[in-house]
Amino acid sequence: MLLIPCPWCGPRAEIEYRYGGQAHVAYPPEPAALTDAEWAAYLFLRDNPKGPFAERWCHAAGCRRWFNVLRDTATHEIHFSYRAGERP
Amino acid sequence: MVIVGAGGHGLATAYYLARNHGITDVAVVERGWLGGGNMARNTTIIRSNYLLDESAGIYEHALKLWEGLAEELDHDLLFSQRGVLNLAHTPQDVRDGMRRINANRLNGVDAEWLTPEQAREFCPILNISPDSRHPVLGGTLQRRGGIAKHDRVAWAYAGAADALGVDLIQDCEVTGFTTAGGRVTGVRTTRGDIGAGRVALAAAGHTSVLAALAGFRVPIQSHPLQALVSELLEPVHPCVVMSNAVHVYVSQAHKGELVMGAGIDSYNSYAQRGGFHVIEHQMAAALELFPIFARARVLRTWGGIVDVTPDASPVIGRTPVDGLYVNCGWGTGGFKATPSSGWVYAHTIATGEPHPLNAPFSLDRFTTGALIDEHGAAAVAH
Amino acid sequence: MTRLATGGRIDRSAPLTFTFDGAPYTGYQGDTLASALLAAGVRTVATSIRYGRPRGIFAAGVEEPNALVEVDGEPMATATTVELRDGLTARSLTGRGRLTAPDDQADQAGHDRMHAHCDVLVVGAGPAGLTAALEAGRTGARVIVVDERTEAGGTLLETRDLVGDAPALAWVAAATGLLAELPEVRVLTRTTALGRYDDGYVVAAERRGSRGRLWRIRAAEVVLATGAHERPLVFAGNDLPGVMLAGAARAYANRYAVLPGRRAVVFTTDDSAYAAAAELAEAGLEIAAVVDPRPGGGPDTAFEVLAGHVVAGATGTAEVTGVRVAGREIACDLVLVCGGWNPVAHLYGQAGGRLRYDDDLACFVPEGTAGRCRVVGAAAGEFSLAGCLGEEPRPGPPAAPVWLVPGDEPGYDTHFVDLQRDVTVADIEAALATGMTSVEHVKRYTTAGTAHDQGKTSAVTAVGVISALRGVPMGDLGTTTFRPPYTPVSFALLAGRDRGVLHDPVLTTAMHPWHVARGAVFEDVGQWKRPHHYPGPGEDMAAAVLRECRAAREGVAAMDVSTLGKIDVQGPDAGEFLNRVYTNAFAKLPVGSCRYGVMCRADGMVFDDGVTMRLAPDRFLMSTTTGNAAAVLDWLEEWLQTEWPDLRVRCTSVTDQWAGVAVVGPRSRDVVAALAPGLVLDNAGFPFMTWRETDVPGAGGAARVARISFSGELAYEVYVPWWYGLALWEAVLAAGEPYGITPYGTETMHVLRAEKGYPIIGQDTDGTVTPVDLGLGWAVSKTKDFIGRRSLSRSDTSRPDRRQLVGLLPIDGEESLPEGAQLVEDPDVPVPVPMIGHVTSSYRSAALGATFALALVKGGRDRIGTTVFAPLGDRVVAARVADPVLYDKEGAHRDG
Repeated sequence: MLLIPCPWCGPRAEIEYRYGGQAHVAYPPEPAALTDAEWAAYLFLRDNPKGPFAERWCHAAGCRRWFNVLRDTATHEIHFSYRAGERP
Repeated sequence: MVIVGAGGHGLATAYYLARNHGITDVAVVERGWLGGGNMARNTTIIRSNYLLDESAGIYEHALKLWEGLAEELDHDLLFSQRGVLNLAHTPQDVRDGMRRINANRLNGVDAEWLTPEQAREFCPILNISPDSRHPVLGGTLQRRGGIAKHDRVAWAYAGAADALGVDLIQDCEVTGFTTAGGRVTGVRTTRGDIGAGRVALAAAGHTSVLAALAGFRVPIQSHPLQALVSELLEPVHPCVVMSNAVHVYVSQAHKGELVMGAGIDSYNSYAQRGGFHVIEHQMAAALELFPIFARARVLRTWGGIVDVTPDASPVIGRTPVDGLYVNCGWGTGGFKATPSSGWVYAHTIATGEPHPLNAPFSLDRFTTGALIDEHGAAAVAH
Repeated sequence: MTRLATGGRIDRSAPLTFTFDGAPYTGYQGDTLASALLAAGVRTVATSIRYGRPRGIFAAGVEEPNALVEVDGEPMATATTVELRDGLTARSLTGRGRLTAPDDQADQAGHDRMHAHCDVLVVGAGPAGLTAALEAGRTGARVIVVDERTEAGGTLLETRDLVGDAPALAWVAAATGLLAELPEVRVLTRTTALGRYDDGYVVAAERRGSRGRLWRIRAAEVVLATGAHERPLVFAGNDLPGVMLAGAARAYANRYAVLPGRRAVVFTTDDSAYAAAAELAEAGLEIAAVVDPRPGGGPDTAFEVLAGHVVAGATGTAEVTGVRVAGREIACDLVLVCGGWNPVAHLYGQAGGRLRYDDDLACFVPEGTAGRCRVVGAAAGEFSLAGCLGEEPRPGPPAAPVWLVPGDEPGYDTHFVDLQRDVTVADIEAALATGMTSVEHVKRYTTAGTAHDQGKTSAVTAVGVISALRGVPMGDLGTTTFRPPYTPVSFALLAGRDRGVLHDPVLTTAMHPWHVARGAVFEDVGQWKRPHHYPGPGEDMAAAVLRECRAAREGVAAMDVSTLGKIDVQGPDAGEFLNRVYTNAFAKLPVGSCRYGVMCRADGMVFDDGVTMRLAPDRFLMSTTTGNAAAVLDWLEEWLQTEWPDLRVRCTSVTDQWAGVAVVGPRSRDVVAALAPGLVLDNAGFPFMTWRETDVPGAGGAARVARISFSGELAYEVYVPWWYGLALWEAVLAAGEPYGITPYGTETMHVLRAEKGYPIIGQDTDGTVTPVDLGLGWAVSKTKDFIGRRSLSRSDTSRPDRRQLVGLLPIDGEESLPEGAQLVEDPDVPVPVPMIGHVTSSYRSAALGATFALALVKGGRDRIGTTVFAPLGDRVVAARVADPVLYDKEGAHRDG
């Protein structure tokens, strides 16, 4: 049970959150301009590193805000969290 | 040829390369101990009653191989075709179950529909009370499904591959790939470089890490998947029961322990552990279906790393790097596919072309949209 | 064998009777089942699982490998940890427990979950743990101490150690007294830390009679003061009843006032057994000899010490009668063994902590700190009491472990490594002979260390044996992984109160009591209970549904639609937002109107649908499918926050703010007229797909009425605040009474919509279906972008022969196509038979006077008019492919 620091609410147990996978994957500004392969990369390819990973969480049972966390996928250590739209 | 990963799939691939294709100049390199990844951590359920033609094809091929495997490898694999019962709890589960058994039959896969009473007859400890929170409305049964002893499968394939001249190298972690002109020429490992004309990844949850070393991406995410066993119990549970709706799958192993799988933890992880709340939830769900388990005790819990693709089907085939092949994305279903995965992967590596059974499981299906979406049917609304 | 007249922590004024394997015995309050059995002279408590050998009590705590019992319906417990109680009934086990039919009373009894947060969690209330707790507590920190024993003190309860000049238990009493005075310190006894998880999260089980508590503790720091487990020695016949850990015998004498034998041989490689022998001798046990393989023996002692020797074997058949040492046999009924001590490092290992093999201590010792865990005392390899108390440690002499004691004869068939799993050194030899080298492989091959005790006395011993057999240093072999739980824990305790109806919340509407009283049959849709149909007297489901359908098509019928998801979408950019999430356009929808919309995932597959009303220029009320309401809200918020934070839009779930009733059928206008007298109801004044605010006097007043039809009939949906839901329902039924209004359930709703070819998302779709596949191409905008649009032009997604929604009319209108039936072109080809689609919905239609179905069929729209087949094993049903709209294609019924 991770202890995840919500940038608005503070540290809360993992069960209050929903996971959102890799952070900073923007919706393409012009999807129609993309090739099928580029669109497929947006849809299906996400980083899957062993180590530090910037990922999205939503405080679903709290403030319901999405934010970002830098967490180590090998150790589960959370380095820090930051609000959506911010850069660490 | 180098196979990266001495789990079930890697070992089976090595064996079938030698057996089916006469290729024995093969090294299987393993960062830990042989059969020590998901092979040692799964709940050993074997079935082939998948909905889609592509899945049914590869899993049924596996089941047919399982049925002759002990004899072929001359090893008691404790393969027990005790039947796998998938429960339905909602009218939509029933529709999905009927759809699947009809598809199974037309694909030559054995499948039956059981009413709640028939399900209870098949598994007498099952709670079919209509007052249950998620009442059992019936279930699909594949009688040829069952379980096997995972360690023995790994050891049997390892032994057979070894006997055919394959090298098995443990404590040997791949740290990079050597290439020339866009073609792989070998692997770098913690124990030195190994030259190879072809390199085949069979590294499950670690595939992304290896792919990154080779300079390409695979559409998988690695998640913890936990499982547990109880203490040894007198025989009480005669078959395998799975319930997707309440996240239970359970069998009783030969020695007597109940073997149960939990749900996937939500986040990406390589830590081989998950959250305890997942286990707690799993126990609550299990007791709804099996009240008799109330006083059984959890002996041991553990986690593996499952590699999940967007459509929950595997990727087996070529990669953007010539001579480098990938077999990953089995998610929670890898053990049961071990024989056919090895079979078709060996074919793909040996001939450079996919076997008809794994042709649909290519990387480019994600570009065309021709996904093999076994989990699509779980997108329940209404 | 003997209960001592004095001493121990038992209450001699409280005798307790119990039975073991049917025989009656007496013990005392404070006993464990094991101590009471030993006091009663019961030497053999179990039969081993593979070889059927007799086994006795070997240890005094959780590490006990042998004494498994069934106790009062508990299928498996360790006699050494079962607190004796009056009337207890125990039965010995042969390695396996037996589950019996659940006792509803006992098994449904809720176990509780407790949540706690603290600065410091101390695991273990022995000398090191109490010292750490005092130290932390004095700083004002919030401290929780958990200990598996019935009282604090740890091994001090089991020895006669002194602290200073006073008995150590006086120190324990003082320490617990001090802790009790600290308001932020809480000591939980009978509480076992089961596992350590991420971020200082520790799960612990507290025993409280038949009910337990599962503690979920979040700690800023975890101090592991978990002590050490004594190691056995591996020699021939080491499994005979009467062979016991030296420290265990010491515990039985000191804590329970029981001597577990009369005449003992001590076989030890460690000084601690000398102290045990001295205390036991003082209590009356005869010590025949101390056998110590170390050339110089151990500390000074009054006993005969056979230094430099080993016990080559224990003799006896049913139990130990002697040992062979240096060619002679020494008679004894007890062999007290000590092969050193293993720090209890389970939780540390779970925290990712590394263990280092310490040659001086001859054990694996936690190194450093890991994951907020700090290890102290014996668990850290500090085996002196002084060291555990924070004083100057007094290290013992360098250890000289003996991992494997050769017998007088070759072979290792009775050299047991794991007593519970009956694993011998011969088994380990066999594993090594197959070429296995890793400790994990040997464990798996032999099963050593996998029993209920998880190898507490056998795992490191097995490593030692491998080391001895292979000549490989211990440190190179390492240990196996420590996996939670530390001790077994019942399924029921982990399930807690998440049982029965509490397993998953049940949602009901305001009208639910009425449905129940009317005898509705319910269907689970998500967490909601929805009436599926309302059987009349003597009616089966088919008859009830036909009746309900007929009422809706020919008269008037009413349905509780409160469960539909409702999301209030507000903000200046709400229209633009809906344009992006729905495949069709909403920005220009006039206030007062409604529109059906479809939304896709980014992959272009249909995700949800529903009708959305525009309440104001900056406000929409979106409806979603019942089961998807939460997911749709999540979806909207995710896009708003993560992709389009520039859009000024807020979404709020109002699903359970508004109760709704659908009034459906040719006479619905009359009913609504009676219900809402102020409403203009003619088609011009209140056209299809518009909504009005009005007054419903019978249901609290303000209501919203929409002309929406999911059946093709003239229909209204009436919404009032949830509080008035039941009043609304009753008012509708009262208003409809003159017209024979009929309540109907989800099945009738499904039939009616299917007759019109309206898909149900989740039933007629499965996550692989696009709006175009469903025939909703008209709702897919060609001019604006929306989520999923780009996916629709991928090569596979734009194929013309994708599976498309069509109607199916069985050639024999009496025959029904089961939902889930697969469709083929030719039923007579051998397997594998190519499949072209499947039946998603199937009903008997009162309006059509026949059966019909909806199906997803490959290239289905081009197959209209052709015949397809559904092979069903025992029969084949032929059906004609038809347009999915089978009833009133012109829409003549829509306006009444």
